[in-house]
Amino acid sequence: MACLLEAPLRISVLSEVTATSRHYVDRLFDPDPQKVLQGVIDMKNAVIGNNKQKANLIVLGAVPRLLYLLQQGSSSSELRAECAVVLGSLAMGTENNIKSLVDCHIIPALLQGLLCPDLIFIEACLRCLRTVFISPVTPVQLLYTDPTVIPHLMSLLSRSQRTQEYITQIFSHCCKTPEHQTVLFNHGAIQNIAPLLISPSYKVRMQALKCFSVLAYENTQVSMTLVNVLVDEELLSQVFVRMMQRDQPIDMQLTAAKCLTYMCRAGAIRTDDSCIVLKTLPCLVRMCSKERLLEERVEGAETLAYLMEPDVELQRIASVTDHLVAMLADYFKYPSSVSAITDIKRLDHDLKHAHELRQAAFKLYASLGSNDEDIRKKITETENMMDRIVSGLSESSVKVRLAAVRCLHSLSRSVQQLRTSFHDHAVWKPLMKLLQNAPDEVLVMASSTLCNLLLEFSPSKEPILESGVIELLCSLTQSDSPALRVNGIWALMNMAFQADQKVKGEIVRALGTEQLFRLLSDPDSNVLMKTLGLLRNLLSTRPHIDQVMSSHGKQIMQAVTLILEGEHSIEVKEQTLCILANIADGNTAKELIMTNDDILQKIKYYMAHSNVKLQLAATFCISNLIWNEEDGSQERQDKLRELGFVDILHKLTQASDPNLCDRSDTATHTSDLSPAFLQILSSIDRQTGTNTCTLIVL
Amino acid sequence: MSGQSSGCGFLMSVVVHGDSALNEQENELNQQLRRLYPAVNELETPLPRSWSPKDKFSYIGLSQNNLRVHYKGHGKTPKDAASVRATHPIPAACWDKHSYGYHGDDGHSFCSSGTGQPYGPTFTTGDVIGCCVNLINNTCFYTKNGHSLVCDLTNHLSIFVCPQPNLYPTVGLQTPGEVVDANFGQHPFVFDIEDYMREWRTKIQAQIDRFPIGDREGEWQSMIQKMVASYLVHHSYCATAEAFAKSTDQAVHEELASIKNRQKIQKLVLSGRMGEAIETTQQLYPSLLESNPNLLFMLKVRQFIEMVNGTDSEVRCLGGRSPKSQDSYTGSPRPFSSPRHKASGSQAYLTGFDGGCCNGVMSSKAHPSPHSHKPCPPGPALLAPAAELSSLNGSHSLQQPNASTDVDMEVDHFTNGVTESSSNGFFNGTSKHGAQTEDCDTDMEVESAQSKRQLCGGSQAAIERMIHFGRELQSMSEHLRRECGKNSVNKKMLKDAFSLLAYSDPWTSPVGYQLDSIQREPVCSTLNSAILETHNLPKQPPLAQAVGQAAQCLSIMAHSGSGSCAFAAVDDYLH
Repeated sequence: MACLLEAPLRISVLSEVTATSRHYVDRLFDPDPQKVLQGVIDMKNAVIGNNKQKANLIVLGAVPRLLYLLQQGSSSSELRAECAVVLGSLAMGTENNIKSLVDCHIIPALLQGLLCPDLIFIEACLRCLRTVFISPVTPVQLLYTDPTVIPHLMSLLSRSQRTQEYITQIFSHCCKTPEHQTVLFNHGAIQNIAPLLISPSYKVRMQALKCFSVLAYENTQVSMTLVNVLVDEELLSQVFVRMMQRDQPIDMQLTAAKCLTYMCRAGAIRTDDSCIVLKTLPCLVRMCSKERLLEERVEGAETLAYLMEPDVELQRIASVTDHLVAMLADYFKYPSSVSAITDIKRLDHDLKHAHELRQAAFKLYASLGSNDEDIRKKITETENMMDRIVSGLSESSVKVRLAAVRCLHSLSRSVQQLRTSFHDHAVWKPLMKLLQNAPDEVLVMASSTLCNLLLEFSPSKEPILESGVIELLCSLTQSDSPALRVNGIWALMNMAFQADQKVKGEIVRALGTEQLFRLLSDPDSNVLMKTLGLLRNLLSTRPHIDQVMSSHGKQIMQAVTLILEGEHSIEVKEQTLCILANIADGNTAKELIMTNDDILQKIKYYMAHSNVKLQLAATFCISNLIWNEEDGSQERQDKLRELGFVDILHKLTQASDPNLCDRSDTATHTSDLSPAFLQILSSIDRQTGTNTCTLIVL
Repeated sequence: MSGQSSGCGFLMSVVVHGDSALNEQENELNQQLRRLYPAVNELETPLPRSWSPKDKFSYIGLSQNNLRVHYKGHGKTPKDAASVRATHPIPAACWDKHSYGYHGDDGHSFCSSGTGQPYGPTFTTGDVIGCCVNLINNTCFYTKNGHSLVCDLTNHLSIFVCPQPNLYPTVGLQTPGEVVDANFGQHPFVFDIEDYMREWRTKIQAQIDRFPIGDREGEWQSMIQKMVASYLVHHSYCATAEAFAKSTDQAVHEELASIKNRQKIQKLVLSGRMGEAIETTQQLYPSLLESNPNLLFMLKVRQFIEMVNGTDSEVRCLGGRSPKSQDSYTGSPRPFSSPRHKASGSQAYLTGFDGGCCNGVMSSKAHPSPHSHKPCPPGPALLAPAAELSSLNGSHSLQQPNASTDVDMEVDHFTNGVTESSSNGFFNGTSKHGAQTEDCDTDMEVESAQSKRQLCGGSQAAIERMIHFGRELQSMSEHLRRECGKNSVNKKMLKDAFSLLAYSDPWTSPVGYQLDSIQREPVCSTLNSAILETHNLPKQPPLAQAVGQAAQCLSIMAHSGSGSCAFAAVDDYLH
């Protein structure tokens, strides 16, 4: 069919293509089954590796016909198998192909096909299902809609190495939630898949291993079961250890290390077990080395970060192993200047992974430095570390920003770093910027970090205050997220610690008494604790106490009464009694207590409480009231004696707690003791009272 | 030779040798060290096993078999610091005065200078510090309590690149009462050194596997085919060679008739019919033996031995004795045996492994030979039995149609020869000779029990013929000496052969090994090579030469301190 002109030629070529594709589809409708079979086989050969042809056939409606033939009981088993093969080949194409196949309900049809006894057909169906399920566009839930599917797949595991490979691969891609884990677990996934770990086929071993890694992730039940599983008389953990040997393929080493990591984090293996300390940890450190592929380095670092997050000993070991801290610095060097010049492909690859690498490194640094001061120092001393964090905080990728702020948060637990590198690099600036507009998870981390930056000894506290942070923090206390409310009020509490009157006034003004008292009835006990802490910090030094109490005395006394009467933890009540003690320290404010018999009765009650901490706090309050240096102390002492406080104090001198004896001595023999001594004692008491309110956010 | 990734560490452990168990412990210890130092021959380059009582400061005291070091000095100033080094360096070549160290008090590393750089954590009492020198990438790293402190070379910490490999393990102490226990591999290390070695083994092997083999398509394949074909031709497997050449479409460089002739002669030699073999050679290659009197002499000596044995045609016809089991030697040469017997064979691959212990006679007896029908007691260092040549070149299927026993055995021999020689040479060391003699004796006893052997097959006429032949041989020897000067090889050969007559039962005598049919193989191989040389064909098949060359390369690598040779044994590639 020669054409003379160029344009018609192209059209004719196109139509020719569609025509041949049409021909393939037409042959599927031939009345002669033998010809249909030949048609399917020809179609199979035509589509292999030809994405255009695949798309054509899908558009022309080949899929429903193939599915029909596949489901038809009258079709020969050979035809059905060939149909499944062609469908599997179509699925190998683009994501759009997969979408079209899923829209044609290919999944239930293929799952139905698995009930057929013919192994070749089953394998073809599974291969196609595998290809469909590992695609990100396929909803994994489709595997779980029919409850008979999972048990049937389990039973097919014994049929052949191919069924083993495909089924385990489907499982490892479709196990995304704790519910999925439970379904697979309940259908005997562990017992059925464990023997595959010693299969002669590498693919089967690998897929089985991947299955275990997704099953064990954050799942105590699975992990606890896994530790006791024997494969060929060998403990599963030992099988995993063997798979981590250095001559094994990297993928296998990494996945085996993940399995052990998840089992360890789920509490099934101790963190000091040699398979963790001497095998898993070094293996994961090796995965971070420059010799590994970028993807492997990302996964290695993330897994290692997760493994040692809760264990300071693992953090210490990892921090020295193979110079990990220095090794991680390399994660920030992508794309490297060399790759840009020499190799476009390489540059593209590097660019793709650059974000992932950076966030993985930040995560690992965060984990490494979460407990040990020396490690934090080592991290901040790594080349350009603080600059990297600062620029990470403003990167476009949310993942990187989150990881960077996590790292910053981890390092902010160090008093020394707060005083030095944090201030030198003005990390508060990007941090404040981050707080203006960020997703909640970033906000939680950023505000936690801010809490630490607002600690009294942090040199960043001043500039942060000047940047108008109070409004921002007050708005956080109104958030729906308890974590954000806690961080907001916590930061305010730290800010109010030993602050001048101006700052305190600003806090009260910005927060508003209404919001303050709303927070005192917050359902989250952490929020309540920090709000009480804020109140206590506001009520420190005598002039401040009197000033705050004169304007808000009534509401505060009301709130205190409510909390003391309510069902609250010891810590909350202790904090509340400490507030009373601070009030008792005021000049005019103490009258608010002395005139409130209800409160005095409550103090008396707590002095005789079974909990020593509460007794201490209540006694502290009384000692402030009867301090004899001040005006009207005699009257107050008389009144308290009348109310029976002296008797209680006498009883307390016989109590076992030395702290308590000391304080009740102070209270009973007040007139006999030298005023200077009392002053020291009293001021020490007050110090400890206020100091407990500033906590480093951990 | 050079050790590779030598691990040496310090371990809090005490070595106690019970006397009775000493030998067993010794053996086990040797094995452990051998695993740690593959390809190291301790005869040539002893490994460090303890601290040297000679190379130490006076402040240092040694105990526990020289494995425990304690400090006796004042420890007040750095001048009071003292050190001790091990008895031997980590095997390698030249000595240079550089040193590398890791200090416990500050965790700094020291490299050829007195100022340290920050390296790792500090260490103190109870810590186990290990040191690993990797002679492949010439780096060294330390370990603490089993955790490696490898530094990434891209960082500024590249202080541990040590180009000179001759390093002595050393410890230095400066605190009174300080004690250090050492473990040079006698006990398992806390650090998983085996795993580390596994990784490097895999790396080296991957490097070899990925080595580019010629760019042009088919070049590699045709080269392999040529090698196989030449090998088959060399050993006169004419039918196989013909079939192989035909199916791979290549020319055979020797005429078929010539190959068949050589095959005929070889069969005669291997079945002990030396007289006929000599005669046939003289017929087919008239000038060969004339111009090669030493070869003729060797053949004649062998003929004499075969006469004693009763297998030579000349005595057999006299004795009327039917061929016994030994005679049914179907005959295939031991392909790789020739280099062992050539004085000039120093280029042969065997020598690379060990100068002394794997020489011809002894080692070839160490493994069971399918040709000899005697029961063979297992030698002390038997490796896995032969695998097949087929996996090397895919030619096995082509050999099948012939269904000749020659081929199968040949294949066996190919691998046996190589496996055995390298393993013996390396693993068995000196004990080899002793063990060998024992094997020999057992063999003979068993055989004599099986069939009563008599001198020259028991015939008086045959004995007379043998004696007469011996006299001729003697005069030939004298003639040779006059013509060509003294030849100690010839002299010894003749002396050994005549010694057979000194024993009532030559088979069980100390020189009885000569009667073993396996001794026909070197003779056969030498004759074959000589014939090929007259045709201007290589006296060694290229395949054997390539294998030998590879082994020799490894040996040179070992001598020049290139560590990767430890993980590249030729056997690993002869599947």
